[in-house]
Order: sequence, then C-alpha cells, then structure tokens
Amino acid sequence: MQASLDLLMTVAFWAAALRIATPLIFGVAGAVLCERAGVLNLGIEGIMTAGAMTGWLAVHLGAGLWGGVLVAALTGAGLGLLLAVLTVKLGLSQHVSGLAVTLLATSASYFGYRLALPAAASPPRIEPFRPLDLPVLSDLPVIGPILFQQTALTLLAIAAILALGLFLGRTPLGLAVRAVGENPAAVEAQGIDVHALRLGAVVAGSALMALGGAFLTLSAFNAFFFEMVAGRGWICIALTVFAGWRPMKALLGAVLFGAFDAFQVRLQQALGGLVPGQVFLMLPYLLSIAALLVGARHASAPKALMRPYIRGER
Amino acid sequence: MIRLEPRGTPSRSLALAVPACAALAALGLAAVPLMLAGAPLGRAYAAMAEGALGSRFALSEVLTRATPLILTGLSAAIAFRARLFNIGAEGQLYGGALAAIAVGAGAFDWPAPLLLPLVLFAGALAGAAMMIGPALARVTIGADEVVTTLLLNFVVLLLVQMMIEGPMKDPMSMGWPQSEPLLEAATLPRLMEKTRLHAGLLIALAAAVLLHGLMARTVAGFAIRAVGESPPAARFAGLPVGGTLVAVGALSGALAGLAGAGEVAGVKGFLAADLSPGYGYAGIVVAMLAGLSPLGTVAAALFVAAVFVGADSMSRAVNVSSYIANLIVALSLIAVLVAGLLTRYRLRRVGRPAAGA
Amino acid sequence: MAGTAAIDGAVDGTRAPRPVALELRGITKRFGPLLANDGIDLTLHRGEILAILGENGAGKTTLMNILFGHYTADAGTVRVADAAGRLVPLPAGRPRAALAAGIGMVHQHFTLAEALTGLDNITLGTEPLWRLRRRIAEARDRLAALMARAGLTVDLAVPVGTLTVGERQRVEILKALYRDAQVLILDEPTAVLTPAESEGLFSVLRALAAQGLAIAFISHKLGEVAAGSDRVAVLRAGRKVAERATAGADRADLAALMVGRAVAPVRRTARPPGPEVLALEGVAVAGPDLRSRLDRADLVVRAGEIVGVAGVAGNGQAALARLLFGLARPRAGTVRLQGRVVTRFDPTEAIRAGIGRIPEDRHREGAVGAMSVAENVAIEEIRGPFQRLGFLRRRAMAARARGAIEAYGIRCPGPDAPIRLLSGGNMQKVIIARALDGAPALIVAAQPTRGLDVGAVAEIHRRLLEARGRGAGIVLISEDLDEVFALSDRIAVMARARLSAALPAETLDRTRLGLMMAGQAAEHGEAQERGQDHARARQPA
Repeated sequence: MQASLDLLMTVAFWAAALRIATPLIFGVAGAVLCERAGVLNLGIEGIMTAGAMTGWLAVHLGAGLWGGVLVAALTGAGLGLLLAVLTVKLGLSQHVSGLAVTLLATSASYFGYRLALPAAASPPRIEPFRPLDLPVLSDLPVIGPILFQQTALTLLAIAAILALGLFLGRTPLGLAVRAVGENPAAVEAQGIDVHALRLGAVVAGSALMALGGAFLTLSAFNAFFFEMVAGRGWICIALTVFAGWRPMKALLGAVLFGAFDAFQVRLQQALGGLVPGQVFLMLPYLLSIAALLVGARHASAPKALMRPYIRGER
Repeated sequence: MIRLEPRGTPSRSLALAVPACAALAALGLAAVPLMLAGAPLGRAYAAMAEGALGSRFALSEVLTRATPLILTGLSAAIAFRARLFNIGAEGQLYGGALAAIAVGAGAFDWPAPLLLPLVLFAGALAGAAMMIGPALARVTIGADEVVTTLLLNFVVLLLVQMMIEGPMKDPMSMGWPQSEPLLEAATLPRLMEKTRLHAGLLIALAAAVLLHGLMARTVAGFAIRAVGESPPAARFAGLPVGGTLVAVGALSGALAGLAGAGEVAGVKGFLAADLSPGYGYAGIVVAMLAGLSPLGTVAAALFVAAVFVGADSMSRAVNVSSYIANLIVALSLIAVLVAGLLTRYRLRRVGRPAAGA
Repeated sequence: MAGTAAIDGAVDGTRAPRPVALELRGITKRFGPLLANDGIDLTLHRGEILAILGENGAGKTTLMNILFGHYTADAGTVRVADAAGRLVPLPAGRPRAALAAGIGMVHQHFTLAEALTGLDNITLGTEPLWRLRRRIAEARDRLAALMARAGLTVDLAVPVGTLTVGERQRVEILKALYRDAQVLILDEPTAVLTPAESEGLFSVLRALAAQGLAIAFISHKLGEVAAGSDRVAVLRAGRKVAERATAGADRADLAALMVGRAVAPVRRTARPPGPEVLALEGVAVAGPDLRSRLDRADLVVRAGEIVGVAGVAGNGQAALARLLFGLARPRAGTVRLQGRVVTRFDPTEAIRAGIGRIPEDRHREGAVGAMSVAENVAIEEIRGPFQRLGFLRRRAMAARARGAIEAYGIRCPGPDAPIRLLSGGNMQKVIIARALDGAPALIVAAQPTRGLDVGAVAEIHRRLLEARGRGAGIVLISEDLDEVFALSDRIAVMARARLSAALPAETLDRTRLGLMMAGQAAEHGEAQERGQDHARARQPA
C-alpha cells in the first residue's frame, strides 16, 4: 500500500493521469459548452464513439493523423447539428433526443466499421500520434514529462478547455452563450437569435466531444474496438455537474478522475489476484456517481438547462 | 418558412398513425445504409420480411424476442409517464438475471410451482432495488437519474462478469464465463414445440394489461400521471410526489428485472454476459413508439423484435452487418420523436403575409 | 395620488407640436378565432408620455409584442423616425430590427438573466459578437453617465437575481437607454412596484421624456395613467376606442371606455365577525430569500370576515400562502385552526382540515394542464370519495365536474376536456369550485384574480363574498390594492417578510398602505385624512 501511495508522487504517474484524462477533458469541455447554452447533450456517448470510428477510419484510409482529427470533429459537428435540430429547433425532450443520437451514432459507427472492413477479424492498427519532443519545454524537469511529452491531442484538449474558459468569461459571444443558458428571453430581447446561438454551441460542443473519441483511436489504442468509449461520455456528464458547469473546475475534475483511474490501475497490479479485476473497473463509474451526487447539491445549474425556447411561448 | 402551431386535442387516429408512420419511415431510411453497403434493396427487404414473418419459426422468434422487449418497454413507459427517466433497464435486466440465478441455480431445491415464482420474484426485486437508489437521489438532491442509471449499467455488467467468472461460474462450462444453470424446476415452460417461445410471453402480456389498468383505472395511476405532468400541481393537491416517483422507479426497475429473470428462466437457462443484445436500451424505443401506452408497448415491442429477427435474416441473405437492426431501431426513435410533434402541433407556412387566412 | 405637485407640472397640453417618433397604422393580429388587435392606429411623439389603457385581454401586450417584433402583424404598418426624423417602415417580426431602430422595451416579466450581473445583462448583444474581448470599462463609464442623466441608480456589479424588483426594472430601463433608445415602451411597469417606487419610476420617465425620448406605458390602472401620462389611448377588445389628452380626461369616463359599460362596485355588507377560525402566533417560516421567508407573524381570522394581505410582490406573501396551503412548515410559533393547534404541515392535512386553497399560479400549481376538468376537480379528494379500493370512481368524478361546470358557469367542452384548453378565467373557476366545495371554514386565496378580465374578476369576488356571507374566514393575499380595499374587512400588509397588524379597512387608505408596503411604519394624522378623500374618489361613480 505504501508503495502505491508513493506512486502518487512520481512524474510517470501524473503523466499517465493526464493521458487518461484527455478524452474526458475534451468531452467535459463539450458538455460544459452545450449545457451552459441550455442543452443537455446526452448524445455524447454516441458522438465520442462516432468520433473514434471516423477519425480512425480516415487515418486508416490515408488521410493522415490531423486529417483524422478533422474528420472526427466534423462527424461530431454533424451529429451535434442533428441533436440541435431535434432539441433546439423542434424543442423535443433533451433526454430522449440525446439518447436517440447516442443510439444512432453508436449503431451507425458499428455498421460503418463493418461496412469498411467486412472481413477483418482484428482491427487494423494505425500509426498513432507520437509523444511530443519539443525543444526546451519537453526537457523541463517535472513539467516536461507530465505536460510536454504527451501527444499533441492532450495539449490540444487542455488548450481547448482553457480557451473555453476564456471564451465564456471574456468574450461577447461567450456572454451570450451564458445568458442563453440562463434566460433565452433575455437574449432574444437583446436582438440575438436564441436558436442560432444554441445551435452553434451544440455543434461546437459536439465537435469537441468527438475529439475525445478520436483521442482513443488516434492516440491511446491505435485501433477501433466496439464499446471502446465504455461510458466515458456519461462520466463527462457527471463531471460537468460535479464541476458546477465551470471549465476550470471541469479540467480539474477530469484530471483528478484520470489520477484516480491511473491509481486504480496500479493498485490492481499491486493487488492482482487478491481482488477480482472487475472491482477496480467498477470504481470509475462509482466515483462518477459519487461526483454527480456531490455536484447535484449545488444549485448552480444553468437555469434554462433542458428548457426549449419557442418564440412567443414565454 | 414553416412554423409549428399548437393543436388542440390530438385525434385518436392521429395518435395511432404517428408511430406507424415513424416505423415505416425508419424502415425506409434504412435503404441509405443498405445502398452504401451495395445490397440489392428489393432482396434485402424481402429477406427481412421473410425472416421475420415468413414461417412458424420466424414468428416464434419474433415473439420470443418481443417478450423481454415488452417488459423493458413497460419499464420505460411507466417511468417516463412520471417523467422519471430510467435508462438503467439494461443494468436492471442483468441484475434481475443475476438474482434469478442466485436463487434458482440450487440455493433452494423447491418444486417448480414454488421455485419458478421465487426466481421471477427475485429478479423483479433485484431490478426494483437497483432503481430505488437513483429515484431517491433524484427526489432528495435532484441528481439526474439518467446519468446515475446509465453509469449503474456499467457497474452491474462488471458485477455480472465478476460473478460468472468467479463465485457463480459453471465448473462444467469448459472455461467459458457463464453461470451455473438454473434447476429444471426454475425454468419457464415452452409454449411451442421446437421453438424458444416460452411462458414469459404470457407474463409480459399480463403485465401490459395490468399496467394499462393501473394507469387508467386506479388512484396510483392517477397520481403517476399527475406527478409526471406537473409535480407542483400534484404536490399542491396533496399527492405524494417523491413517494410516487420512488414507487414508480421500483416498479420500473422490477419490470426490467423481470425481463432478465425471464430471459434466464425461459431462453438461456444460465447467465452469460451476452444475455441481452441491448433489450434495455431498445425498451426506451419501444416505449416511445408506443406513446408510453402500456397496451401500445406490446405492438411496438413486436415491431422492434421483428426488426431484430428480420435483420438477422437480411444480414445473412445480402451480407450486410446485422448492426443494421440497431440502426433501424435508432432511426425509428428519432422518427417517432419528430412525428410526435405532429400530434401536438400542426405545420403552417409563415413568412408571407397570410392573405385571407 | 392624483394630487401630487410633480404630476401637475408634467401634464402640459400646450407645448408646441412635437416631431413624431413612432407611428402605427391599422395593426391587426388574429390568434385563431381571437382578434387580438383590430386596426389599431397610434402615434407617439418625441418628448411625450403616452398611456395605453385597457383591461386584461384588451390587446395591449399583443400590440407591444408586434411593435418589438416578437409577433408579426397580420396587417398594418409600423413606422419609426430615423436619425433625420423621417418615418421609415420597421421590418416586421424581428426584435433586432426594432432594437436597431431605437425601440427599447421593458417587459412586464423582465427579460434578465438572473445569474449574470446588471452590467452583463445590459451589454449583452451590444458589442460585435465575434470581438475577442468585452470592453467592460468603457461600458461602465457610459452607464455611470446614463444613470446620472436619468436620475436612477442601481448596483450593476452584482447578479441581477440579488436585486429587488424595482432595481431590476431600472436595469431594464438602462438596457434600453444603453442602446440609445429613442422610443421606450413599458408593459405594466407598476405591477410589481410599491406606490413610492411607482412615483420614482414616473419621475424618471418624466426626466427622460424631457430629454426627448418618446415613452409609452401600458396599464390598466386609472390612477397611474392620470399621474404619469400626457396622453391616453384606450383599448378595448382589440380596438382603440378613445384617445385624449390626460389633462382633460374624466376618470369615470375612461373607466367606462375601458370596460365598455359602467362598473358597479362590489357591495360588501357589514357583518359581525364570528369565532376565531385561524390564528398565527409568532409564526416564522425559514427561506433563502425575502420571497419565501416569513418573520414572526401574528394574525387572527374570524368566521365571516375577509382579511386582506396587501404588499409588493416578493415580500413574503408567498411564504405565508405556502404555510397556509400546507406546503411549508413553520420554524417557530403556533398555528391554530378552529381552536386546534396544527402539528402536521402538508397539503393533505390542509385539505383534510377543510381549508379551501386558491394558489397564486393557477397554471403551475392550481391545475394539471394535461388532465381533464373532471380530474382536476377531483384531484384533492382523489384518495377520498373518488376512489373505492384504490380504483377511480370515474362516474362520481364526472358528476362532480358537471355540477361545478353548471354552478360556476364554467365554459368548457365538457368534463373530459383537458383543462389547459380553458381560458384563464374558466380555469380559475374550476380551481375555485374545487376550493369552495364542502363549505370550508377557512379559505386562503392568493392573487385570485390576477390576469383575469373584468367579468371573471367580478364573478370571483362575488363567490368570495358569498363564502364570507355563509361564515367562512378568508385570507386574501393580493398585490392589487383595489381588490384588497373592495373585499377586505381588515387589512394587513407584508413588507420585508414582516406581517403588520390587521387593521379595519375603514381606517386605512392607499397612502398609508403604501407607506406600510414600503416597509415604513404608518403615520397617523394628516396623511390618513387626505387618504380617506382619495379612497372615496377612487370609487368610480
């Protein structure tokens, strides 16, 4: 046990934590953006799956790694558009619409995978993103290995969520997004199109979520497997509540979550055989539920979350 | 531009036509992935119809698949009526199956008339127990039950894996992770020779009829409708909002747990991690297609089951992935959501001055 | 209120003709079978204040929503003066166009995001959205100057949700001024204000008009129309029925124009009160804000009397109502109902104790919209006479509903129709039928006539007086002072979560009540005497 605790102090451990946290950072950034605009995006699990599949497929077909990232983002944006039409334009239940998008995106990804590779018994691997080797930065003590020897996608995730924080806090458009999640009528009264604003937030947020999926195939596992997202989308939704809808706290939450997961993996290795492996695998989900329960006690949810806005029906 | 205008009361025929049209639209939309796969459309649809409806065996398979779908559909329908979004039917189904094995694989050596009800009851109880927590968390601190139930699905699946690889593992399974089999006395009787159709179907149909009666005729159903439509008004009128939600959660979980126990006791005889091909999630689609009506759930479950069974045949006949079935089911959910708008709103053209309107 | 000096100065019909700022011609809008606006013409000049007078449902709010682009008119034109003073048509159905043309609107229900600061709310949408950084310092300076010019102050650095209603309204006005509005429209601006705050609002409006703004406000209160406007246009049933200078207008005349017939005031016959029905002794309710808090209240209600509870919205009336409805439990103190100390506080208990309850928000709490009229009539007793062994007695429910429909003249397709299809007045009649069924000893009515037309209001007042006549004790919580004065035997005031002593209605007047509502102790003497004159003058002839 002592050995496990010592682990928490090592550079390798925190590097692993950040790596594990990367898809969650993308996902939670997307979820925060959607929810601050008033839309609960339960399409996240499917969108991550679709991003993982299309990003990987694009690279497999020769589009290059960044081509794959772009394809994944576009896939996410497209699915986000579908969700936004259902929930924003048509004002349908965000719960059910989100699940519908997840079911559709997941089954379409699996179908598409089989379509592209009818015969493959095991998925072909791709050449993934390599760890960065930046001059000076990567050689910094402690910070270097933790932050700058990651793959480019990890840095992109951190940059994205930091940018989201600045966007929401400092820019006129970010103010409008925050306002539309609180009271759409206030936004409309100031001459801003509520539907366009929410639609944009959901599309952009979904693109971020898809990048979280793409990290799994382009950086972590080098191939696409069924069920590889494994509830990370739902974990992001729980983290969003835990973080009180704030990007910085969401980043912190995702990294803590990654640290817990990395710790759990090492604990599993240390205690191998004594406790069934599934017990450890359950912990992230149980932790997410706990995080949700803790977060749900604050009343800082955007007030218009899950409330469709139909003009004239105020 | 087209704009939505609220309608007064939706007509009954429209309420029936909408899900039918949505189902047809989803089947039609499936042509797109089929064409992408290069499958001949005519042959594909023919194979699907033949596979689902073309023989006594095909029909028995549809009914067998519909059995758990009716129950998970009812589970979602009753919960959604109270606006309790139980998305955990998949996990509750596995929880019910696990409980069924726990009591039915030798723990009690009772005769069939006692053991079978015990097995089914244990399944229902396990499902109910799994949903009470999320319902309480929602009622007391407002934790979104969608997320908690979704996450619990993963936990339960891991628990099932742990049990069937560990304490409950069948020593005769030659290393396959599956549980010990149920005792003979704990299995549901077959309804048709040489098919998998079992008495679970009768239980599911009875549940649908009972729930219909509950919703339409009883004070409890009245409370569920009132709480679902308007919690503040229900509370003002003295109806127990939290209590109703927790009770509905328990009932919803019990139905899903019963589906799991039924699959174990009627189809497989043992528990493995592939017990359900997503019956829990498909139950949501069933409930939505049924317009959350318990009797409609039966029809919707038959449709979804036919899609699954038919798509299996189609996938063999024209060599496309059987994931086409999941795709059709997902499309029909989106279609019914959109079509549902038409019962509440009518489309009207706007933008031009409405002369003489 | 008509007699204060400041108002006399503002009513000035002799100024030179002013340039037109806004012109409406033939505005017509239909909602299904309802003709909400029927060929309305209006002209608004720079530097004047126009009152648009009409009762609920006269089409005032529809007209304003068309003007601001929330609705599109079926026919008619809106023209606005541009920078050079030329009238140019306003594109229909676009709030953005209305804003760009210099029309600012203060809605009755404020359009503010409560978690954001006043500054955020005001600057929202005023900068190019794609700018990388908000120019906050600039905005702050401009707003300081605007506040000084208009003579209003409000803290713009705190979340709007923490401001009082009056302060929020100032944020709304600043929002319009910040966009250089040339035309300012206010929808029922005084509905949520104390009389003193209303005075303050009108002096701000007069200052703004003097600076050249064209101002229109919507109201159904004759007093403030007389106090705050230069000109008045009367709407009735979607048509403009009259327009005249406020200075020369006769109140009774305006009232008759607004309602379409002479209004007979409700007659309240004197009646000796009976035994105590309800007593609150030092009752306190805990709550996070003023709205839901009640501080040590004492109150006695006797059989056969109506006790009015007046006050500005959000001063704890909701807490009092929720306590009596069984929805909140007291933190301290005793509640006695017909002599017995109440120990359990929940709605079921309140229903069982025979309290007739009329909630403030009939759509949210009063009725389940998707359920039928019969189900809504029966809902409070669904676990009593309307069930047998847990099964619903549908026939008994329908019979009760038919009885209520007949007795209360509820217009609806039938007992099985979803209640959401009913008009506000008819829905309220269903709720009242349910509340008054079984001759309750205590009736608690919160804002029972809010948003209803004159006919429905009169009917509901008649029912409450009838209940008083047969010996019910009634707590009437209302923000409408006319209603409070018309019905109450005694009146108490809620201010800052405190309930004043209930004083006989005859000894009170609007001025004194206004002071109490503003949270100041009432002064006796001169103010009271003057107020009694007004109380008499208030009664339409």
